[in-house]
Amino acid sequence: MAAILRTPHPREKRIIFKNIDREGWTTDIDCYEKDGGYEDLRAAFRLTPEQIVNEVKTSSLRGRGGAGFPCGAKWGFIKPGGSKPVYLICNADESEPGTFKDRYIIHQDPHQLLEGMIISCYAVNARLAYIYIRGEFPLGAKILEQAIAEAKGRGYIGSNILGGGFDLEIYVHRGAGAYICGEETGLIESLEGKRPYPRIKPPYFPAVLGLYLSPTVVNNVETLCNVKHIVRMGGAEFAKIGRPNNTGTRVLCVSGDVQKPGYYELEVGALTMGELIYDVCGGLKPGRKLKAVIPGGSSAKVLRADERYKIKSKQSDGTVTEQEIGIDDIRMDFDSLAAVGSMAGSGGVIVMDDSRDMVWALNNINEFYAHESCGQCTPCREGSLWMSKMTGRMLQGGGDQRDPDVLTSVADNIAGRTICAFGEACAWPTQSFVAKFRDEFAAYAAKNGSKAEQA
Amino acid sequence: MEIPSELESRIDEVITHYPASKRSASLPLLHLIQEHFGYITDEAISWVAQKLELEPINILELVTFYPMFRQEPYGKHHIRVCRTLSCAMAGSYSLLKTFCRHAKIDPEQHEHGSHVLKSPDGKYSLEFVECLASCGTGPVCMIDDDFYEAVSEDEAPELLQKYQ
Repeated sequence: MAAILRTPHPREKRIIFKNIDREGWTTDIDCYEKDGGYEDLRAAFRLTPEQIVNEVKTSSLRGRGGAGFPCGAKWGFIKPGGSKPVYLICNADESEPGTFKDRYIIHQDPHQLLEGMIISCYAVNARLAYIYIRGEFPLGAKILEQAIAEAKGRGYIGSNILGGGFDLEIYVHRGAGAYICGEETGLIESLEGKRPYPRIKPPYFPAVLGLYLSPTVVNNVETLCNVKHIVRMGGAEFAKIGRPNNTGTRVLCVSGDVQKPGYYELEVGALTMGELIYDVCGGLKPGRKLKAVIPGGSSAKVLRADERYKIKSKQSDGTVTEQEIGIDDIRMDFDSLAAVGSMAGSGGVIVMDDSRDMVWALNNINEFYAHESCGQCTPCREGSLWMSKMTGRMLQGGGDQRDPDVLTSVADNIAGRTICAFGEACAWPTQSFVAKFRDEFAAYAAKNGSKAEQA
Repeated sequence: MEIPSELESRIDEVITHYPASKRSASLPLLHLIQEHFGYITDEAISWVAQKLELEPINILELVTFYPMFRQEPYGKHHIRVCRTLSCAMAGSYSLLKTFCRHAKIDPEQHEHGSHVLKSPDGKYSLEFVECLASCGTGPVCMIDDDFYEAVSEDEAPELLQKYQ
């Protein structure tokens, strides 16, 4: 898969993806060490674990998996000196539709991930760590296992790492095709050898009652890679990249109707949606107009191209000003995407032009969620299937006038009524598609040809 | 069912990865068994359960939940085409049909309890799967453990040719 080497776009700032598509770059440890690999680990061992946690807090790094939770705060929940062992799990389940960044780190730069993980384990005092990798990455799992063996051979993993007295084992654990394993408590259940039914919070916050009911840190692949760079730069320096509360870079994964889909590592918030689509991704296909964007993985609420958004922003003198902007002007960062009613999520940006049928698109998403609901909570298990059956029937020409309202009502009755965030993830697409493209849904609702035929 | 000693020693090694609970080795053991035998029989479920000191239901409930585990043989080569949005926008529905046509698979076949399509000669099985995490290079597919990006319909027959 490294066959095509892509030149980074000039607006990219490559830190995490520095070695992706790099000429002559290989996954072996010699290549990594020649480039200064594992030097940040040596530097980390000169700091105390508390100092590293503090650097990560200072960096304001937010999780790259989807929720955007501050990484330092998450680590801060692990209390040093507890009686139970601490575990660290790297979430490499990468399963949110529209997202494909971790794939490249795993397949092309496994040692960067390992170095980030080892430093993170040292910081939270975890002596045993797992990489939970989705089952559909069999080659990725082999590459990681090979990298772990190499790192053990050089004394970066194992007992008494670099003579510093810290012991650590890392194992690769393969999933088997279930999206819900990306949800951290579902992942933990899966790693315990069970069906991945998410746990209810409280009390099952992983930091308190995680793997084997011990304190556990679960971090995304890209988040763990960032830790290595925070140690090198220092938290304060890292925080200068991007914008306040939206620091660092982010690998945005763009797919759908743009000229140049792909991954682009950008300073968080440095670009607007318009710049991303038209400058970086080469714009839309000839003669096409933008219709909609799903900005943060398939569960993020869809944005309509001609919507206007009122954004409040705090000025340096403390006053708050309100500004009306269009889709092109939305900054690609956590807070701006939340302010327009969607989310930065996992960084998967799906672009749709005016050739796309929104009922078809929603039906595709609904089929995904109906297939992936774990079935634990009734509203989600039943509701995701109902929504999928309804949009499927509408596409077949069996519409009913009540469909748009019933769809919304089903979605409204899932969100907030489930153990995990899958409920919201499957409700948000239906809520937003129906609200924003009501005309298209109404048009399908009015078509009930095949239903009449069947009768 | 005969577990070769080589496989069993791999299994024993994998169990050591989980010092806190042998049960955690369930998924890795099922992967190893499926890789070796092609699918997971009731006998294999009992064997894994015994190995991990669990009840067979603890293993069966995993096999029936996780989409990648199977209780019946697939074709000699198993093709997974990604169905989800970005790949669908890039043409995965017609790619699936093209694979069916060239592999002589009836796309309309419905076997109870299975969504996997098979060619009559047993050479290929085909599955429309959810997101394979390569949305920027759709449509994508996997044949056995190999991954292919931006697969055009013209390429489908050549790809099948590679897997005899």
